[in-house]
Parts: sequence; C-alpha cells; structure tokens
Amino acid sequence: MYVIIAGAGKVGWNLARELIAKDREVTVIESDHNRFRVVEDELEHAVQYGDATELWVLERAGIERANLVIAVTGDDEDNILICQVAKEKYGCQRIVARVNNPRNLQHFKLLGIQPAVSATDLILRLIEHEVPEYGLIQLLALEEEHLEIIELEVGEGCEADGKRVQDIDLPDGSLIISVLRGGVGFVPKADSVIEAGDQVLLILDPGLEAEITLQFAPTGASASA
Amino acid sequence: MFILIIGCGRVGSAVARKALEAGHEVSVLDRDPLSHERLDREQMTWEDAGGRFTVGAALDIDGLIEAGIERSDVFLAATSGDNTNLVIAQIAQRRFKVPRVVVRVADPGRAAWYQEQGLHTICPTQVAIDQAQKVALAP
Repeated sequence: MYVIIAGAGKVGWNLARELIAKDREVTVIESDHNRFRVVEDELEHAVQYGDATELWVLERAGIERANLVIAVTGDDEDNILICQVAKEKYGCQRIVARVNNPRNLQHFKLLGIQPAVSATDLILRLIEHEVPEYGLIQLLALEEEHLEIIELEVGEGCEADGKRVQDIDLPDGSLIISVLRGGVGFVPKADSVIEAGDQVLLILDPGLEAEITLQFAPTGASASA
Repeated sequence: MFILIIGCGRVGSAVARKALEAGHEVSVLDRDPLSHERLDREQMTWEDAGGRFTVGAALDIDGLIEAGIERSDVFLAATSGDNTNLVIAQIAQRRFKVPRVVVRVADPGRAAWYQEQGLHTICPTQVAIDQAQKVALAP
C-alpha cells in the first residue's frame, strides 16, 4: 500500500512514522522549507518539499499509484482541495482529511470529502463518553455507508430493563453489539438479560435513534419526551 | 445584476468600481476593514456611491449570507489565496446555486483542471506566460 501524506506537522510526521513502522510505503509532502529539513533528517527520502495543492507536486510524489491520500495540513482549504483532486482527478480510492476548524466541516461535506476528521469533535465525543449524562452518545458515524454506532445508558425501570435481548422491541435495522457492565464489556447473546445501569452499544441505520431511545430511557423520561 | 466580489485587492476593487459605474448592484467582502479604502473615491465613499461592503472571512457562511450571496447573479472569488478561491467558488456554485461563478486561480495547472470541472477560472499567470512568450519569441 502506498500512502501520500500532505503536511509534515505533528500529525503528519507521526502518522508517517507509524505507517513506516508498519512497512507501508509513505511519502510526506511539506511546503515549509525549514520544517522540511527538520523532518528530512529523520524520514530522509520519504519526505518531499513542495506545495501539495499543486498538481505537479502531487504527480512527482506518485499520486497516480497512491492507494491512500491523507491531507493533514493546518489549512482547511488546502486539505479540501488536495483530497478533491486526489479523488476526482487521479482516482485515488481512499482519502482522509483533517478539519482544523469545526465550522468548516460543512464545506468538506458539501464537496464530498469524507472521512473528514476533526480533533475538536473527537475530544467532544470522548467527553460525552466520560460524562454520560446526555443519555445517547454517537460514537461513530459512517456516513457513506449509512451506519452509526451509539451508546446508551439503560434507565431504571425502562422498557428494556430486565428483558432478554431477544425480547427487547428494537426496530429493524438496529442491533445491540455490546454491553458494558461494571466496567467490563461483553457481547450479548439473544438470551442475555439487560439491566438498569448497563451501557449498551448499538449499530443502526441513521434515523432510528428516537425509537431506540424509547426502549432504554427511564419510563418517566420517555413519557414526557 | 447583483454582483458579489470576495477579496478587495487590486482585481476585486477595480472590478467592483467598474461594475458599480455600469449600474449593477455590487457587494464586496474582505476580512481586512482597511481594504475598503480601495473602493472610495476622492469625494465620495463607496457606500455613498451605492456599494456594499462586508468585513468577514471568505469561508464563513454567515458573512457570505450577510454580503448577499443568496441573491447573487454573479460571484467573483478574487482573494489572494488560490485554495480559498477554489473552495468558496464551489460553495457558491453548489450550495447557493449562483448562476455565474468566476474564480481567479494563479496556478495554471489547477486553473485548467477546475475549468474542465465547470468553474469559470481566470489565470493571470497563464496570461502572463502567453504574453511573455508572444513578445519574447516574436521574430
């Protein structure tokens, strides 16, 4: 697998290290000359100097045979264009873009740049995971595949409380994939019993959240919702 | 026509003034408030002459809406950054369905490719190359 990484900042450099350690062929492109020389000391021929938004720079790096292009510069416009050109001009099958300013995420989506990864969003998800007072937490959204994984806390006396997995009235297109109880996770079987206080991970078609929440929210809350 | 120009540099401001003189409604957006000076005349400010000016970042949707992108007939992306121009031009075209989108791109390679993709690109570098060649290689 051949990977091109645009941007040799902290993210790009460390990604390159990890991938090289896993025996992947990697080229990093860096447009700042001073930064390039620092990184070149370690990565040697695996880093090239140039502006990755320019076509000839991408071509020199061998974009025609790249299996994956990762754009992690500090500039959202650059990341959008690098990925757009990689995908639409050079037919690269896989792209990953970094979103520096979460407000720009809408532009990545508009132009079909997926997946677009925002550090701010990732940290927010972690906070929600650690502070589960929001009830439903979206852990992962695979937008192109139309799937998402959510986490729910089982409320005291809710519909699902004390029921076996097979008896819980879940909508088609959803599935319980794991249960966290007392800090330990397990994959439930059809006859596993769900208890209040469990954290349940479900995979589902987007849009089913409200129906699923009805089964797990405490009875009082679901009635008022 | 309603013309929205992003970037009030030499190109943006000159086109804005010409367009206003020609009787069009003109709105200019730039992140630098001082760039407004390029639009003023000796005796008349840009606003008194009938122009609009918004301070904002090119990628900020609220600013673009405030500047009137939703009712623009023509959108000109003329900031100093190629990448900014190409992204906002596509936002104007795909999200706001502006009928005529013109974008300045200094890099000839991308100007040519994005032109093929349906953007109206203007490449000053390519113009300079063609002119220089013509003059330098004249018999």
